[in-house]
Amino acid sequence: MREDWEPDIIVFACNWCSYAGADSAGVSRLQYPPSVRLIRTMCSGRVSASLIFEAFRQGADGVLVTGCHIGDCHYVDGNERCQEMMEMTIRLARTAGIDERRLGLEWISAAEAGRFAAVMAEFVERIRDLGPMSREDRSVSSRTPGGVEEAGGARR
Amino acid sequence: MGPGSLRSAAEAGADQLRIGVFVCHCGTNIAGFLDVDAVAREAGASPGVVYSVTTMYACSESGLKEISESIRKHNLNRVVIAACSPRTHEPLFREVCGEAGLNPYLVEMANIRNQCSWVHMDDKERATKKAAALVRMAVAKAARLGPREPIEVDVDRRAVVIGGGIAGMNAALDLGDAGFDTVLIEREPDLGGRLRGLYRLYPSGREAREVLEEFIPRVIEHRHIEVLTATELTGVRGFIGNYVLTVRTGGDERELEAGVIVVASGADVLEPHGLFGYDGERVITQLELARRMSQGSVEAGTIVMIQCVGARLPEREYCSRVCCANAIKNASMLVEEDSGRSVYVLYRDIQGYGTEFEDWFARAREAGVVFARYDPERPPLVDSRGVRIYDLLLGEEVLLPADLIVLSTPMVARPDARSLGQMLRVPVDKDGFFLEAHVKLRPVDFATEGMFLCGAARWPCRISEACAQASAAASRALVPLVNGKVVVEPVVVDIDEAICRGCGLCRDLCRYAAIEMVENERGLAVARVNQVLCKGCGVCAARCPSGAMTLFHFTDEQIRAMLRAARPALLAGARHGDEGGSAGGVR
Repeated sequence: MREDWEPDIIVFACNWCSYAGADSAGVSRLQYPPSVRLIRTMCSGRVSASLIFEAFRQGADGVLVTGCHIGDCHYVDGNERCQEMMEMTIRLARTAGIDERRLGLEWISAAEAGRFAAVMAEFVERIRDLGPMSREDRSVSSRTPGGVEEAGGARR
Repeated sequence: MGPGSLRSAAEAGADQLRIGVFVCHCGTNIAGFLDVDAVAREAGASPGVVYSVTTMYACSESGLKEISESIRKHNLNRVVIAACSPRTHEPLFREVCGEAGLNPYLVEMANIRNQCSWVHMDDKERATKKAAALVRMAVAKAARLGPREPIEVDVDRRAVVIGGGIAGMNAALDLGDAGFDTVLIEREPDLGGRLRGLYRLYPSGREAREVLEEFIPRVIEHRHIEVLTATELTGVRGFIGNYVLTVRTGGDERELEAGVIVVASGADVLEPHGLFGYDGERVITQLELARRMSQGSVEAGTIVMIQCVGARLPEREYCSRVCCANAIKNASMLVEEDSGRSVYVLYRDIQGYGTEFEDWFARAREAGVVFARYDPERPPLVDSRGVRIYDLLLGEEVLLPADLIVLSTPMVARPDARSLGQMLRVPVDKDGFFLEAHVKLRPVDFATEGMFLCGAARWPCRISEACAQASAAASRALVPLVNGKVVVEPVVVDIDEAICRGCGLCRDLCRYAAIEMVENERGLAVARVNQVLCKGCGVCAARCPSGAMTLFHFTDEQIRAMLRAARPALLAGARHGDEGGSAGGVR
């Protein structure tokens, strides 16, 4: 792959821990690669499989979900729901033939500025090594749920 | 995203959108590391954007004035501020836009400082490109925001305090003194909590018994306080202003209604079973020492205290904070009581913070207490003759022949703190202590509105700190009690009942009991959300198999639009799957 290829990476960050960790990484001027685009949610438990596959459909080469450490969730245990969702998403990705290394789940607290920057750098490096997501994989991700959710959305 | 829910202006027609974008220089914090003019230019070309400028400091008085004047002048109906973190500045920008006549929930921020200029300082080109993307994403979301009105709730002007220790009694007294009826629940048959086991207190040297004798009658006789001892909390439901607590006293169950709840459930002290030969006879804890001192039954010539027993270890990393001062106080009292005694304090680090503790520390050393530092890698060894310690200052092993060995153990969370947390729907940290909403901004509030926290239930603390926190918690709890009304943040879930299939998954997932299953007018089971109870986590919205749940301000539609906007529009056409927009767009 081209040396100068820049992956597109979507990072979901929960408001209370990981997003605050990103804020502190900024305050501490900790440098990491500019390939990540953060999307704030209130809780990591808000992120659904369909949003993750949508990110791939829209051109992301990697999707990282971040939240509070287990036991520290602002919403009691929304991060545990997130973990279950990620396990299911990874299984779906595997079935669909998407390299599961393109998906990540990390717990980063508000105080862990250094960890935030390090996790970003590592994930970018991992996706760089995997290279751009192929057109085929993206088309596969179009058939992954997201669709399931929509199909259920019929009025009764 | 279900049909019919939260249809925004974006879909009604882009020509109705009038988005204003303000790109902040933040002095040189942003403008020094990326091209803010280019970012504003690109934003200006985005669909729906009618006005896009840079501003030196968006949050300064002149910056805020510029934003509100632009809202009026250009008739803006959405505002995007590309600056710093919404965690710190969103409330300010919402307020200013609200004053300018724009619904405050039509404001969105792009964090191009903390997430961009500050973390990509050596790459102006890519930082600019990323900032432009973050602004595109915020614009895409702003286009799909809808107005929202705050939710107002009446407050039941009564309080419940959980825990009758020094913190809980203090909180109840403050609430009662303010004239609000307060019920104080204590699990034990008597009030007093941890103080019941203590002897003399630092720094005053007063006996704990005297303090309690002063406090308890004031609480019991207070005309606004009802004390329920030997009473267990068995259930909590409701929300700020309208809590219902179920309590059991003996065989009797009873419901208490209250607008606010103060948690002062305290902590335990670690019993060091299996550590340093602990036997409760020759090797005892500081608590057991206090008991013997109060009975005048300490019969020992040489006493060795070991600090940090069971604390600051991988399994219990925190410092319990109170044990240094407690050991210093007990050690000096023992020597002052009988100058023939030898008292050693073996420590890892001594923290005698504040002026009083430094004085006690000096007093202890003057009185002849010997302080010796040990290495946690080579901890003291207790055997039949005494304590062997490798003294870090001497650089050699020393045998201290001890008649009595006293272990300073940390305060630990009560074993049932986690289940109490679940009952109240508030979080505990990994050590089992309750977690406040924000360590600095809301230090005695729980994230759950109308619940407050004080004393050792939150973190090991000394008595004066517990009292200060109790007064703080009581004064925070008084805010809704005095106002009689509260306004709840409307970042909550909407349910589209036309789509809901009534499976009940959301109700089961909800940690706040905000969702109940009801029968709609067609006789079908549907979920209904109580928006006052909903905390807006969005777990239900992520899981709903029908897509009937929409979390306001974080809707699927908004997030999908952000995902689409994450890459430059130029490439979008070439991307697979874009023909029909998002999956949600194919209808």
